[in-house]
Formats: sequence, structure tokens, C-alpha cells
Amino acid sequence: MRAGLRVARTLWSTQYAYMLEYRAEIALWALSGVLPFIMLGVWSAAGTAAEASGFSQPELARYFLCAFVARQFSVVWVVWQFEEDAIQGRLSPYLLQPLHPLWRYVASHQAEQATRLPFVLLIAAVFFLLQPQAFAFPGLGRVVLGVLAVGLAFAINFLLQSLIAALCFWTERASALERLLYIPYLFLSGLVAPLETFPEEVRAWALRTPFPLLVAFPARLLSGAPFQAGAAHQLSIAGGFGAMALWIALLLPLLLIVWRAGLRRYSAMGA
Amino acid sequence: MAIVRVRGLSKTYRVADKQPGIGGTLRHFLRRRTRDVAAVRDVSFAIQPGEVVGFLGPNGAGKTTTLKMLTGLIHPSGGELEVAGHRPWRRQRQFLETITLVMGQKQQLIWDLPPLDSLRVNAAVYGIPDGVARRRIDDLAEMLELGEELTRPVRKLSLGQRMKAELLAALLHEPRVLFLDEPTLGLDVNAQARVRQFLADYNRRTGATVLLTSHYMADITALCPRVLLIHEGRLFYDGTLAGLSEQLAPWRQVRLELAHPLPPEAFAGYGEIESLDGSDVRLLIPREQLTTSVTRLLANHEVLDLEVSDPPIEELIGRLFRQGSLELAAP
Repeated sequence: MRAGLRVARTLWSTQYAYMLEYRAEIALWALSGVLPFIMLGVWSAAGTAAEASGFSQPELARYFLCAFVARQFSVVWVVWQFEEDAIQGRLSPYLLQPLHPLWRYVASHQAEQATRLPFVLLIAAVFFLLQPQAFAFPGLGRVVLGVLAVGLAFAINFLLQSLIAALCFWTERASALERLLYIPYLFLSGLVAPLETFPEEVRAWALRTPFPLLVAFPARLLSGAPFQAGAAHQLSIAGGFGAMALWIALLLPLLLIVWRAGLRRYSAMGA
Repeated sequence: MAIVRVRGLSKTYRVADKQPGIGGTLRHFLRRRTRDVAAVRDVSFAIQPGEVVGFLGPNGAGKTTTLKMLTGLIHPSGGELEVAGHRPWRRQRQFLETITLVMGQKQQLIWDLPPLDSLRVNAAVYGIPDGVARRRIDDLAEMLELGEELTRPVRKLSLGQRMKAELLAALLHEPRVLFLDEPTLGLDVNAQARVRQFLADYNRRTGATVLLTSHYMADITALCPRVLLIHEGRLFYDGTLAGLSEQLAPWRQVRLELAHPLPPEAFAGYGEIESLDGSDVRLLIPREQLTTSVTRLLANHEVLDLEVSDPPIEELIGRLFRQGSLELAAP
């Protein structure tokens, strides 16, 4: 346990130092994730937001800000990093060390999130300066649950993408497969619109996928929006966390099986 | 008891078989064809603890594939393999703590950070206590003549400094078996010599077993009393370096720069003409005739410059296999 903590601490601090070298690039990445703000503009201009979603204008603004925050801290790029490492032969040294290579990628993502934090806070501050009516503290409990949900959303996203990344053992360009997930992610996660604006059948279908758990659920928690207990095709707080736990319990063993099978096929290309 | 035991080791890759051009691409798209390529075939050898063994062969001979199997990076297609009592492909923690692989052109150091950061990570991953890690870093840095380079970002280091830092990182956990794939590739002559000296000292100090591939004959002659020669996936020679040298290079390369160009006939009786380009001549002269031939050349021709060298190992091996004069060595 102590050894594990030492590895985690060292990996994390080293990766944080590494990410600080790229702080300007990370700031630009944070800025590039403003899609929820664009969508807020679209919804506000349409003037139908409140009727369509049951959100008031300030609630809608808060939702999209929280969707932005949830996205910022659950974004994953492991498939590209892994693919590049596999093709360039950098994966081989990782595989020869007594530490699962995926831990390095976890540390790298978390360090990047820590580097991103000040930029995200700055963007949020500017947002509230421009839209002061949107500011409301959702309560400490909701913040804690929201942060936990963002962490779990990151875990699901990471496992999902690592599963695709592990396909690099079979096909060298697994990132192309990841693109297939992007469209459903974009529309079903709640990034372009709150799930409440979708037709009921689409919403019911969306809730059978992990996508709403990645943005809509944590955003709703952070924004302080109400969860209607027992409402049809809507997640409750317990239901959301339960679904997250189920997806993790499904994806983690699946990833380990695919990883083990993939290693048997690994040809250590580029090395 | 052998620390590396290999018996009947084979590795076959399935590769895409595609003809060039648009037609080939379309045919490949509609009906994908593959073929099996045997990279390593029925290779057997054993290495005793503390031995330093050179692994020689032309490009594509199967050296790196064998090293990848020995380190557990890839699974063998057939045969038996044991390193320090472990089946490498199981990649058990104890095995990974016992070995290291250094690849000349690949790096494990984090590019934008000083090597010390990567060393800290390695110390934590291998469970080396901080104090012990510091002592080992100091010792190895002294042997490798590394100082303030350890606190400079890796990207700012020269290739030679980077290679030495890579070696330090690869040896921090004190592995008992070192697999080195072209550790001096691309280094200048001085850096090559320093790396060679370090490896010799390290082997003497720790008794570590070393299996080394290199295209530089100087690496092999300086470090390896025993060599394995592999070609087209088969082991052709397993024995002393002296025995191999006699078979591989019974002649030396002599390069002459003449004051005036001469016809090929002028060099009859000195040795084989390797190339003749105006006043630049390269001859291959049998070792036992070297002194006499060089004396005669200098006496009979106006020579501006003369250089005697061993031909590159690649060329020697290629020539040898073309002649087909090497018998398959008994394991």
C-alpha cells in the first residue's frame, strides 16, 4: 500500500512538472472546450430554452457552465497517446517495468487536469462576471457529489478509451475507432443540450449508454438542478452513481481481458 | 547453471502481402493476403551468469526479435525459453526486476524533464528506497561521468549524454541480466568508448550477465569474449570472438589516396580491389600479407594517404554468407 502510494505520488508529481512545461498549450486546450458556451448562446437566442428544457435562463446558463467544467475534467486522450507510444516503440520500455503502463497514462491525465484547473477557474470567473444572475452556490453536499461524479466520469471515459486503445495490439490505428464514439458522445452526453430537451424515446435510449453519465449527470449535480425522484427517463442521484459503478465494473475486467489478449499479439513494433 | 536458456526458439510473424500501385492496393483491400515470415528459427544457446555475449548478424537477421522474446516483450511461436528461472512472457514482477533492455535509439527518459525526474519514477516503480536510489545514482553517475547533465532537461542533452543517462535509468534497479540492443548506435567515437568502458566496469563490479547486439565491431571486440552469429533467423556460430574473427576477416581493408590515378593492373598481386575511383583505391589484403603489401605499395606508388581498417561487421558478415563458408555451429 505504501509502495503504491509512493509510486502514485512520484508519478503524479513528475507528470505535473511535465505538464507545466506545456501550460500554454493546456490553456489553449481549455479555451477550445467552449462548445457548451456556444450551445448556451444558441439556446438563449432561440428563446425557447426554458420551455423546452424546464430550466430557467440562469439555470440553463449554470448547466452549460457545469457541463463545460465536467468536460474539462473528464476529457481523455489516452487512445492517441497509447497509439503514438505503440507505433514509436515507447510502449516497450513501459511494458518492461513492474507497473501497468495504464497507470502512467492515468497520472498523465490527472496532472494535466491539475494544470488545467486555474484556467478553468478563470474562465468560470469571467463567465459569472458576464452572467452574474447565473451564480448560485448549489450547497457543499452537491459540490462534493458533483466532484465525485466528475471523477467517476473520467474513470468511465478513461476505461472506454483504453479499451479502444488496447485494440492497437491488433490494428495500429485504433484512434479511428474512437471517432465512432465521438458523435454519440457529443449528442447523448448532454454537452450540446440538456437531456430533458430530447424526445422521451431518445432520452430513454441515451440512458442505456454511459454517455449521459459523462457530462449531463455531473453537470446537473454541480449546477444544483433538481433531480425528480421517480421521474420517467431521468436519473436519480443514487441511480446515476449506481449506473457509474456498473459501467466501471463492466469496463474494467473487459479492459484487462482485452489487454492480456493483446499482449500476446504485441510485436513491439518500432522498437 | 545457465541464467539464459534457449532451446529451439522460433518466432513467426504474419505480415500483409501487398503489391505496389493502385491495383495492388485495391486487390489488397478486397482480398487481404498475408504471409508468414519466420524471424527466428530453431535457435538454441545458453549463457552462464556473468558472461558478456555479443549477438551479431546483418539487419533483419533476428537479433532484436530474439532480444524481445528474451525480455518477454513478445511471445515466442515455438521452443523453450528461460531467463533467470522465469518464463519471460509471463512478465512476473520478480522477472522484470531482474532484467533490463536498452535500445540504442529508443528512450525511456521523459523528454522535457531532467533525467533525475525519470530516475525518481524508476526508483519508486522498482521499490528502491530513496537513500539507496540516491547512492546508486551517485555511483552510476560517477562511473558514467554524468554530473549536472542529470538536472538538465533531456532534450538539451547531446546524444552521448542522453545514452549515458538512459543506461543509468536502465540500471538503477541493479538488474542481473542486461539486454543491450545497439547501445552505441549513433554515438561519436569518444562516447562509444566511454559507454564500452562503463559496460565492462559494470560487468566486472556486479557480475551481471550481458547480451549485446552491435553493428560496431569495436563494441564486440572490447566487451565480448563470446559471440553468437545469427542470419535469416538461424544461429550460425556460437563460440569465441577469436574464432569468429579468423573466419570473418582473414583480410584487412587498405584505403589509399594516390598522387595520380592508376589502372587496376597496377594493384595486381597486392590483394583484392574493393573499389577504384580515380586516385582513391580500396584494397582487401590478407592479414598475413598486410605488412609486406603495404611496404610494397608505399615503395612502388606515390601515396598521399594510407588507412588500414577492419571492414564493417555488416560487410564482413554479408561477404561471409555470400561465400557460404560458415558451417552451422553446434549448440
